[in-house]
Amino acid sequence: MLCEKCQERPATVHYTEIINNKQKKMHLCEVCAGQLQAEGFNFMPQMNLHNFLAGFWNQVPGTQNFAPHTRKEAGCPACGAPESLLAKKGLFGCGDCYKHFGDRLEPLMRRIHGSSTHTGKVPERAGGRARLLRKIETLRARLQDAVNREAFEEAAQLRDQIKELEKQL
Amino acid sequence: MGIKKTVNSARSGWMGAGAPEGDIVVSSRIRIARNLHGYSFPHLLDREKAEQVIHAVQLALENGELVKQAGILEMNRMAELSPVERQILVEKHLISPNLLEEHEKKAVALRDDELVSIMVNEEDHLRIQCLLPGLQLEKAWEMADKIDDGLEKTLDYAFSSKYGYLTACPTNAGTGLRASVMLHLPGLVLVDQIRGVLASISKLGFTVRGLYGEGTEALGNLFQLSNQVTLGHSEEEIISSLNSITGQLLAREREARKALLQQRREQLADRVGRSYGTLMHAHMMSSEEAMRRISDVRLGVDLQMITGIAPEQLTELMVMTRPAYLLKQAQGDLSPAQRDNMRANIIRSKLNQR
Ligand SMILES: [Zn+2]
Ligand SMILES: [Zn+2]
Repeated sequence: MLCEKCQERPATVHYTEIINNKQKKMHLCEVCAGQLQAEGFNFMPQMNLHNFLAGFWNQVPGTQNFAPHTRKEAGCPACGAPESLLAKKGLFGCGDCYKHFGDRLEPLMRRIHGSSTHTGKVPERAGGRARLLRKIETLRARLQDAVNREAFEEAAQLRDQIKELEKQL
Repeated sequence: MGIKKTVNSARSGWMGAGAPEGDIVVSSRIRIARNLHGYSFPHLLDREKAEQVIHAVQLALENGELVKQAGILEMNRMAELSPVERQILVEKHLISPNLLEEHEKKAVALRDDELVSIMVNEEDHLRIQCLLPGLQLEKAWEMADKIDDGLEKTLDYAFSSKYGYLTACPTNAGTGLRASVMLHLPGLVLVDQIRGVLASISKLGFTVRGLYGEGTEALGNLFQLSNQVTLGHSEEEIISSLNSITGQLLAREREARKALLQQRREQLADRVGRSYGTLMHAHMMSSEEAMRRISDVRLGVDLQMITGIAPEQLTELMVMTRPAYLLKQAQGDLSPAQRDNMRANIIRSKLNQR
């Protein structure tokens, strides 16, 4: 189905609007849907977010060339959820799905959030590794700074600290 | 004992009096999504596994340290409540409608003051909600953050260093944070600026929707403003930008109210007075009319055209006149006409008793 606004791109966003008790169905491409959303605040509530996501996912490189029924589906090893679950429902099956769908998740997250890396709260226990990584990152920045200032002794100390932390990873 | 009190009273902790910016900001809500490592997300869980999740959360809530920090949170299975009682929890904004579907797998832990509720097996295993009166996003986040820390002492969360807290829907991943404010914006609606203002907000990565009603009609002039992006910004950043946008909206709403007072004072007083009179004396009142009239009176109270009514009484009245609450009071079925009559009776007695 083609987008009913531009008649160019495939319609991936489907939503229903109720005006004066009459249902109106709209089928739009992601671009036109985005424009509509920017124009009027009343668009979001009717939009089925999960359909929207499914549309995103189907456009991620490497997934759209296969019809769902011919694609050999390797489910997530932890929950068994096939990829088509995300394409259909816009939902993952479990936390490990994020690992399983790996590289192709990156562009999806960028499109949803404008970013693909968490910078917020890190949990005390489950986030041990994340804490270490963040610490190492800060130390690396300080190391670069020390090198730039030609503070070689400080740089050597920082290198040792980083090595120590990397062992714990 | 707690939940029976909750479903029998329209009053809730988040309707507190004298809250910051309480003339426009009805309430502030922080909701964070968390999932347990080792379990599929709720939509894939069978009843047995779903019960295991509920049980694990219940145990974590009984942890002494957490009780000291966050108070007693009592776990209630949705199946133990009647359909009307479940709906009342939605009407009081304590749970989302999602918790009504497949309710045999779901539960809610509630604190007695209703400022904290934890939904279990909604779209995610846990949705921790803190709901406070007025504009108090930071305080609500502080509360949710502490409860989250307390829960993590005994629960293993699904977390990745790259994507943060892992959620069933990737639109919530990262912080898992949905911060929102409920705003009463009759001024901007009356001066016909609301569409422009709200459209410009949605360009900033925030979502605005009418709290009740479909499409452009925001029943009772109530709007909910919340963040859309959850990944790539810290919780503090998300909350501070929501705060600043709310601040701008507040200024616009106050300007609109001032303009109305200066340029259309008599029309405004007439509108407020007619709505007040109708609420005080009508015997039949539809839900829509009630919301509209209550909004007018609330504006009249804010502008000191009406005295002797507190804004939180009007918020309470909005909940009291919702369908499920009426059914619960009637303790049986109501025809549409009976419902409209009962609604009008409740409003009259509430406004005349003061
Ligand atoms: Zn299009
Ligand atoms: Zn999985």
